[in-house]
Amino acid sequence: MTQPASAYFMEERHDPNETHTLSVLVQNEPGVLARVIGLFSGRGYNIESLTVSETENQKHLSRVTIVTTGTPMVIQQIKNQLDRMVPVYRVVDMTLTGRSIERELAMVKLRGTGDHRVESLRLAEAFRARVIDASTESFVFEITGNSSKINQFIELMRPLGLVEVVRTGVAAIGRGAEGM
Amino acid sequence: MSESTSHDPNQMTGAAMIVRALIDHGVQHLFGYPGGSVLPIYDELFQQDQLQHILVRHEQGAGHAAEGYARSTGKPGVVLVTSGPGATNMVTPLADALMDSIPLVCITGQVPTHLIGNDAFQECDTVGITRPCTKHNWLVRDIKDLARVLHEAFYVATSGRPGPVVVDVPKDVQFAVGTYHPPRKADVHISYTPRVKGDPAAIRKAVSLLANAKRPVIYSGGGVVNSGDEACKLLRELVEITDFPITSTLMGLGAYPASGKNWLGMLGMHGTYEANMTMHDCDVMLCIGARFDDRITGRTDAFSPNSKKIHIDIDPSSINKNIRVDVPIIGDVGNVLSDLLAMFKAEAKKPDIKPWWQQVATWRARNSLAYKKNNDLIMPQYAIQRLYEATRGRDTYITTEVGQHQMWAAQFFGFEQPKRWMTSGGLGTMGYGLPAALGVQVAHRDSLVIDIAGDASVQMTMQEMATAVQYELPIKIFILNNQYMGMVRQWQQLLHGNRLSHSYTEAMPDFVKLAEAYGGVGMQVIKPSDLDGAIMDMIKVKKPVLFDCRVAALENCFPMIPSGKAHNEMLLPAEATDEATALAFAGGKALV
Repeated sequence: MTQPASAYFMEERHDPNETHTLSVLVQNEPGVLARVIGLFSGRGYNIESLTVSETENQKHLSRVTIVTTGTPMVIQQIKNQLDRMVPVYRVVDMTLTGRSIERELAMVKLRGTGDHRVESLRLAEAFRARVIDASTESFVFEITGNSSKINQFIELMRPLGLVEVVRTGVAAIGRGAEGM
Repeated sequence: MSESTSHDPNQMTGAAMIVRALIDHGVQHLFGYPGGSVLPIYDELFQQDQLQHILVRHEQGAGHAAEGYARSTGKPGVVLVTSGPGATNMVTPLADALMDSIPLVCITGQVPTHLIGNDAFQECDTVGITRPCTKHNWLVRDIKDLARVLHEAFYVATSGRPGPVVVDVPKDVQFAVGTYHPPRKADVHISYTPRVKGDPAAIRKAVSLLANAKRPVIYSGGGVVNSGDEACKLLRELVEITDFPITSTLMGLGAYPASGKNWLGMLGMHGTYEANMTMHDCDVMLCIGARFDDRITGRTDAFSPNSKKIHIDIDPSSINKNIRVDVPIIGDVGNVLSDLLAMFKAEAKKPDIKPWWQQVATWRARNSLAYKKNNDLIMPQYAIQRLYEATRGRDTYITTEVGQHQMWAAQFFGFEQPKRWMTSGGLGTMGYGLPAALGVQVAHRDSLVIDIAGDASVQMTMQEMATAVQYELPIKIFILNNQYMGMVRQWQQLLHGNRLSHSYTEAMPDFVKLAEAYGGVGMQVIKPSDLDGAIMDMIKVKKPVLFDCRVAALENCFPMIPSGKAHNEMLLPAEATDEATALAFAGGKALV
C-alpha cells in the first residue's frame, strides 16, 4: 500500500495487546485522580476499569487499581509515565507478579415473577450472590468475585429479566505476606 | 499600639512570601505581566530591589523569555502572570518547556477561593488547563501551604528531568498572613525521588559493549546540556578516549564542539548524511540524554537495525518508548558518564575502529550540506555561514524560531559550547526565538544574542521588540526573509503537488520601519555582496535590531529523510531533482 504523503512517519504496529492490572499508590491530594485519568486520555491509553479510594487515612495515601490493555511496550510506558508523576509513590504490575487476587463487586437488578424469579435465586446461590433488596417483582443481587465470574453471572441473568448492573471495577492485592 | 517587640519576621502576607521565596531560591530576574489577581504580588515587587521584573508585552513572551533565560544559564526561569487569559497565554511556553525539559517556575494569580468555580471575571481552571503541559502544578488554597509549595515547586522544576511547574495562588491567599519558612528538605513530596545514579551492572554491560564495538556511534541529546557543564566535559572526554564518532540531536548541539574531529553533525530528518548513515550502520549505539523521537528515528522498524543500543536517561519513561534498547541506564547523564568513564579507563581498552572511520569518511565525502551558490541572491545557507564567520570568537548566543531557518542554523552554525543554542525542538513553537533572545540577553547583558528567525515566525511574537527597547536589550533579530512559511511551503511542494495553500505572506511588513517604530534599528540586505558589511554593522549596534535578510525564496532544506523512509534512504541536495524527489516521497504517485 502506498502511504499517504505526510510530514509524519505513519506506521502500523501489529504487536498483540495484553491486559494488565496495575496497582498505583498515590498521595491523596486534590486533583490526583485527574492526573492519572488525564495521563491515560492524553496519551491514548485504554482504561478498562479504574477504582480508587483512600486506604491509609493517616498518611493520606490512596490506592488506585487500573485494568488496562496495550502492547507490552505500551504497558511498560504506562507504568513509567505513572511512576514519574510527582504524587505517585509506587506502581506495581499485578499481572506481571502473577501472584495477585482480583475482586470486583457488582449489584444486579432483575425484574420478574414466577419461574424466572425462582431460577434467578437458584443461580444466585450457585454464584454465592446475596439478595440485598427484594420486592414482589424484583431482586437486587450483590455478587463479589473476579471479573469473569461476574460477567458470567450477568450473562445468566440476562434472559431472566435483567434490568441493570453496577460494578465497582477491579481491586487487586498481592498474595502472601508482603505489601506493595 | 507601638510596634510589638515580639514581631516575627517570618509572619507575612502570601504575596510577600512569594517574593521572599523567589529571593531565597536565588532568583534575580522574573518575566511577567500584571493583572487583577496578581496585584498584591506586584505591590510587593514594587517595594523591593532584589528582584528585577521584566515587563513583557504578551504572557507568551514572558514564558519563552524565561525559557531562554533558563536554557542559557542552567537556572530556572521564573514567570509571573495573572489569572484567566494570563494563564492561558502561558500554555504554549509551558508545553514547549515540558517537551524540551526546561525548568520554569510559573506563578499564576487566581480569583479568590470563594469565587473559584463561579465563572468569576478572569477565572479559568488553571491547574486543569496546565496539568498536561507541566511536570507538576499546585493550586494553593491555604496560606499555610504556600511556603512549602513554592519550595517544592523549585525543587520539582529543577531536579530529575527538568520541566515547567505552575503554582496557582488565589488572590485572598496572597492577602492572607501566614508564617514563612525557608527551603527545607521536608518541603518535597516523599513520593518524588528522581534516580540520579546509574546501575553499576548496567554500566558494566555498556562498557563491555563499547570496548568491543567495531562500528560505534555516540548519539547525544539535550539531556547532556541539562545535566550541566560537567556532563558536557565528561562527554568530550569519552569521545577523546574512545575516538568514537559522535552526532547529536537538535537540542544537544554544543555539548560536543562542532569543530571537534569526531563530530558528524546533527542527525535526523534534516541531519547530515554521515550522521544518519553512521546511525543506520553502527553495531553499538550509545544514546546519551536523547529520546529517539520521530524526527530522529525515521521509520522505527528500519532504525539502526543491526546495533546494540545503550540508552542513558534520567527519565525511565524515555526508555523503550519508541525504540527498544538493549542496555538501559537510568540516571543523571553527568553521574552515569563519570562512572562509565572510570570503569572504561580501569577495565577496557579503546577498540580499533579504523575501518569504520574510513567508511565514515566516504559518507562525509558526499558533502550532504552542499547548496548551489548564487551571486545575485542571498542563499539562506550562505547567510547563516556568513553570520557564523562574523561571530566566531565572540561571546555569542543563538536562538531560533521554527522552520527552515532553524534547520539551516542547526546545520551551518557551529556550536562550540553548551547552553549557547536555544531552540524550540519538541513543540516546534514559531515565535519562540525573539522572546527567548530577550531572556538570554537579560541573563548575559554583554553578550551577543542573535535570534536567527524566519519572516513568518518572528511576526508571532514581534511585540516583544518593545520589551527589548524598554530594557535596553540589544538583541539581534536576523530574519531569513523568503516571504513564505518556508518549511510549510517545502512540504507542500514535496507532498501536496506544490499547491501552496496559505503559506505565502502577501502583506509583509517593512521590517526596517517596524524596527524604527519600536525604537530599535532596522536593516535590510538584498545583495550577497552587501551581507558581510551589514552583519558587522548589526553586531556593532548597541540596540535591538531587526535585520531583514532577503533570501532566495524557493530554496528547500536538504538533506532530508522522506516520510516512511529509513536513515539510509536520505535525499541529498545534489540528487534532489524533481523526479527523484517525487519518487522518494510518494513512489511517484501522491504528488500528482
